[in-house]
Amino acid sequence: MSRIKELFSKKQQDVLNVYCTAGFPETDSTITVIKALQDAGADMVELGMPYSDPLADGPVIQASGLQALENGMTIALLFSQLKTLRQHIHLPVVLMGYMNPVLQYGFERFCADASACGVDGLILPDLPEYEFENEYSAIIKKYGLDFIFLVTPETSEARVRRLDDLSSGFLYAVSSSATTGKDKDFAAVEQYLARLKGMQLKNPVLVGFGIKDNQTFRSASRFANGGIIGTAYIKAIDGAADLSKATQTFIRGILEN
Amino acid sequence: METYQHPDARGYYGQFGGAYIPEMLHRNVEELAARYTEIMEDESFRKEFDALLKDYVGRPTPLFRAERLSAETGATVFLKREDLCHTGAHKINNTIGQILLAGRLGKKRIIAETGAGQHGVATATVCALKGLECIVYMGEKDIERQAPNVARMKMLGATVIPAVSGSKTLKDATNEAIRDWINNPSDTHYVIGSVVGPHPYPDMVARFQQVISYETKQQLKEITGNELPTHVIACVGGGSNAAGAFYHFLDEPSVQLVAVEAAGHGVHSGMSAATTQLGKTGILHGSKSLLMQTEDGQVIEPHSISAGLDYPGIGPLHAHLFSTGRGTFLNATDEEALAAGFHLAKTEGIIPALESAHALAALNKLELTPADTVVVCLSGRGDKDLATYMHAMNQ
Repeated sequence: MSRIKELFSKKQQDVLNVYCTAGFPETDSTITVIKALQDAGADMVELGMPYSDPLADGPVIQASGLQALENGMTIALLFSQLKTLRQHIHLPVVLMGYMNPVLQYGFERFCADASACGVDGLILPDLPEYEFENEYSAIIKKYGLDFIFLVTPETSEARVRRLDDLSSGFLYAVSSSATTGKDKDFAAVEQYLARLKGMQLKNPVLVGFGIKDNQTFRSASRFANGGIIGTAYIKAIDGAADLSKATQTFIRGILEN
Repeated sequence: METYQHPDARGYYGQFGGAYIPEMLHRNVEELAARYTEIMEDESFRKEFDALLKDYVGRPTPLFRAERLSAETGATVFLKREDLCHTGAHKINNTIGQILLAGRLGKKRIIAETGAGQHGVATATVCALKGLECIVYMGEKDIERQAPNVARMKMLGATVIPAVSGSKTLKDATNEAIRDWINNPSDTHYVIGSVVGPHPYPDMVARFQQVISYETKQQLKEITGNELPTHVIACVGGGSNAAGAFYHFLDEPSVQLVAVEAAGHGVHSGMSAATTQLGKTGILHGSKSLLMQTEDGQVIEPHSISAGLDYPGIGPLHAHLFSTGRGTFLNATDEEALAAGFHLAKTEGIIPALESAHALAALNKLELTPADTVVVCLSGRGDKDLATYMHAMNQ
């Protein structure tokens, strides 16, 4: 059973997936941050690969990626950092990034190296489903990786079902049509999440974009299996003297009852 | 028949094109892809579009036989005078088309990216004409170096928002415009200014610009009795004027299509925008094409003296013309472009945009004979570049 599947078989509610940027805040803090998240009680980690032109990201995550690139982060360096991943980390880890750096690295080589490091899945928001099916899904499967598609409030029901069908691990429900880090009107979001819930999808659903505190996380968890936090966490560790302590405080704030 | 004119149903020209977009843009881009040809072929649309091109833009633009330039090069050289379009460049052909189309799609808010400001001005102009809200994203660095066009956009009622992310130039302005579209999915249309972006943009923009070669063909026939030239020369950044100038000659193998890229300080100087020479296959702004990038797949900031050619990618149609050999890809340095600009001013009394000056510079790089008929697309006028020209004169 894949680590993601195993997680959802044990826990169907309040699953907390936290996004961090590889190579941020320091070049070699990647594993430190993932470990801090695991120790603080996160259930899954979405590890962002920095890119010069991240279309779906707002200013905070963009800035963290730019910092990481200035730190000298590359995909090759990331995989060398992740060589020891499974010595420290039992949480599922998914890599999130944009297609261009992955294509330059070589798609199959990328999947092979990710899989060898113990990465569990991929989120590539600018890989369209047509190209996914025709060129890439067989390679992703070959290396035992899950692939997670995004859906938004604008995605039609038929398309949600199709993307759910193509996804494995979980389905990423973007809370509203927006870039990351925008404040959302959560009442409207809840209607959409209720609609998704009513569709009885194949995959668990995690809600991302606009989840930033205890209240929005609880709200997301009422209608889905949990939430994904990115921008708020990046803000919390940006400039922090002690990454573990900052992570502990942040995650405690999200999970408090 | 196999054609270079159109991409396949998925938006691919050979191996280039497609729609590599996040799900947040899917509905808008799909709606556009499903409806653009039907709307553009609709008779009432055609009428409105053609009337504006005629009465507002001033089309057809002249095809001018440049006698002194012809005598020098030994061939017959014609200039397609897109610089005489309202707002001073070919860009307005596309902004009129897209804004009329946006109206048919019920969109009330128009956004655009701009580098030098020509596309921004053309978008702001048509928004003023149609009473639509207009937001133009422009790199913070470009805002500083293109002050007159920023003032024009503001005078036309547009809001100019500085793009402060990344390198703060055209590619970042494009990123910000795409992010705006993601955040405003229902009321907004994004007017892309070149033959780049996700399908259907490259094809849609090429169709709005095809009027350039459509007129050229008719005018050549009238003037010379033969509708086919031997060469068509156009500058290429993203490649919209080249797409328009080549369009009706793409499937005429006897016509040599010459695309001129900006070599900046020299192709291998590290300060260049010659994408076909320096780029590898990659994905930027929603399409697969040739792209200047590092080994790690990070996009490289290009350089050209001409802000309109200062783009690290190239439209997928042009990448296809390059990789199949259908197009001849040359390049001109900043210095060669400046020299060609000064030369046209003195020999023909026309001050060209620095972008168009790159196309003119290629006249010296081709081996031409008296039997050749060469059309150079003079995509824009040089008023916006006076400061750069004056700076060069004082050197």
